[in-house]
Amino acid sequence: MAKMRYLQALRLAMTEEMERDPNVFILGEEVGQYQGTYRVTEGLLDKFGGNRVVDTPISEIGIAGMATGAAMVGLRPIAEFMTWSFAMSAMDQLVNHAAKITYMSGGRIKCPVVFRGPAGVGTQLSAQHSHSLEAWFAHTPGFKVAMPATPEDAKGLLKTAIRDNNPVIFMEHAGLYGSSGEVSEDPDFTVPFGVAAVRREGTDISLIGYSRGVQQSLKAADILAKDGISAEVIDLRTLVPLDMDTVLASIRKTHRAVVMQEEWRNAGFAAEIAARIYEQAFDELDAPIQRVAGADVPMPYAKNLERAAIPTENDIVLAARRALS
Amino acid sequence: MADTIVKPPTEDGISRAEMLDLFRLMLRIRRLEESVYRKFHEAKIGGYLHRYDGQEALVAGVIPQLQLPHDKILCTYRDHAHAIACGTTAGEMMAELMGRATGCARGKGGSMHLTDPDKGFLGGDGIVGGPIPVSVGVGYALKYTGSKNICVCYFGDGAMNQGGVHESLNMVGLYKLPVLYILENNRYAMGTALDRSTGQTDFVLKAKAHGIAGEVVDGMNVLTMREAANRAIEHIRTTGEAYFLDVECYRFVGHGVGDDNTGGQKFYRTEEEVDEWRQRDPILQLVRDLKQRGYISDEQIEAIEAEIKIEVDEAIAFAEASPEPPLDSLYENVFSE
Ligand SMILES: Cc1ncc(C[n+]2csc(CCOP(=O)(O)OP(=O)(O)O)c2C)c(N)n1
Ligand SMILES: [Mg+2]
Repeated sequence: MAKMRYLQALRLAMTEEMERDPNVFILGEEVGQYQGTYRVTEGLLDKFGGNRVVDTPISEIGIAGMATGAAMVGLRPIAEFMTWSFAMSAMDQLVNHAAKITYMSGGRIKCPVVFRGPAGVGTQLSAQHSHSLEAWFAHTPGFKVAMPATPEDAKGLLKTAIRDNNPVIFMEHAGLYGSSGEVSEDPDFTVPFGVAAVRREGTDISLIGYSRGVQQSLKAADILAKDGISAEVIDLRTLVPLDMDTVLASIRKTHRAVVMQEEWRNAGFAAEIAARIYEQAFDELDAPIQRVAGADVPMPYAKNLERAAIPTENDIVLAARRALS
Repeated sequence: MADTIVKPPTEDGISRAEMLDLFRLMLRIRRLEESVYRKFHEAKIGGYLHRYDGQEALVAGVIPQLQLPHDKILCTYRDHAHAIACGTTAGEMMAELMGRATGCARGKGGSMHLTDPDKGFLGGDGIVGGPIPVSVGVGYALKYTGSKNICVCYFGDGAMNQGGVHESLNMVGLYKLPVLYILENNRYAMGTALDRSTGQTDFVLKAKAHGIAGEVVDGMNVLTMREAANRAIEHIRTTGEAYFLDVECYRFVGHGVGDDNTGGQKFYRTEEEVDEWRQRDPILQLVRDLKQRGYISDEQIEAIEAEIKIEVDEAIAFAEASPEPPLDSLYENVFSE
């Protein structure tokens, strides 16, 4: 184990997998010579050379297509989007090509590709630069979707993503890049997809989230604890596959839930989780499920408006109190 | 890139008053830009922040030649200069950068999304290549209504590698739309030098491939820029067809506020290279020319500097004294009434 930052853990995962498998390579804007826009790929060009760390033009369609095509014939590309906000022009390559080729070919073509990059809100980047859009990808059959909340998961989930034989949408949170924690240095360490983590045990209410929402839920649990409320915090880790067993086990214990997501509320992923709980454990619930989510507006620039648009730990606390009242 | 035509300043066709206007506009832009990093470090400005230092001639040589607000402007996130040239006040610009209710986008847009539609300025776009598809529609509407007006669309050398750009140029060539493309070819897209991003750097050739005429221009000289723009605008107004200017320029500062010589910039260009380009500073070149022609004295320059300093200080004071947008404006403007 070693203490490292989330972005270093991502780098370690890629380094180890590139050392293990010569078919793994990285492509994206500023990933090489510039050392990565957020320094996630720092040093990798020097270590692996330009054939395996490919600087691309600002051509997201090309990046997504190049990664998809290379995966279809046996390589294992890791395509970096400088941020997920810039992946939108590539949606056709992602949704109509990467996500569907295996099914359309009757399983005859594999597409082992990772699309990764930072997402998230919170530094006044305003309307066009504040997206995650995980619900778009989770909505699309054929994608696995991972959103790590801790440095250890950043490493373990990314390694699993690289080894997976399917297209994986790997969404990092830019606001977590600097966060640090203990991470396994064992090159065989991975975190499996579809296994949620109970980050804190509790008996009164389940706080369910992913990515930075888990960190916010943990803070909310601390606040609630001061009032004698025992909150359980569930980190979904991957939205597809989704570990409902862990969620339902928690609901059977607490009978109440707050589901947290940072993205827009309308038709967001929290609604999917809530719907599944209603379908599968309606009788267990003692109160309506509460959703905490981003305001349904393009992200405003002004600091006070942005703050009002982004869900906080306080919003989780308030939602929990509503569910408990 | 095709050979650059570095023309000597024109001896005729421009009056002293016009030259002084160009000088004043470029200097206002420069001094305003120089003030914004300080405000960022004071945490008065947030988000991304991209400056135009070194590229002033690309707006000063073009935008004053337009018929605003009937002609329309689209540009990138590097948009402060464009707003100022269109007539957005320094105060409204600064207030937007500080996210205030008095900003030109009411605090909703920020640095990358300055806008002033009443002045013909349709705004900055944070997505590389984003404005070019939009320019097709603006051009189409201008033609549709039978006006002789044009759309001027600015974008970067990095944007030339966006797929949407090529779809759009083809449509503009096909439908023969009145759009002037200004390629702000500052040779870098963030940390990527032109020859590391682009197989064919003759961009005029690419425009021609879509049926659009064009030429390379020295954008470090505002008079050369202005002359080329005038010719291009005339071409568009008379033929109704688009024109493409590949403008050679250079950004003197980093890509954005985080990109300096302690950060990313050291990975892609040397301080010597920046210094070399600074020798071609469009403002210094114009001052030299003004002096040669006996159009300006050091005292006059000082007086203009003093006026601009007041304008910048007042803009900052106005922005800082302005209120934040009201919280209930959060849900306003998602839709129009
Ligand atoms: C579609 C998209 N991809 C990536 C980015 C991130 N980004 C912002 S500016 C920039 C460089 C653009 O360079 P260029 O077009 O040459 O314009 P310049 O900044 O030099 O004015 C990049 C990669 C973005 N905003 N949009
Ligand atoms: Mg550029």
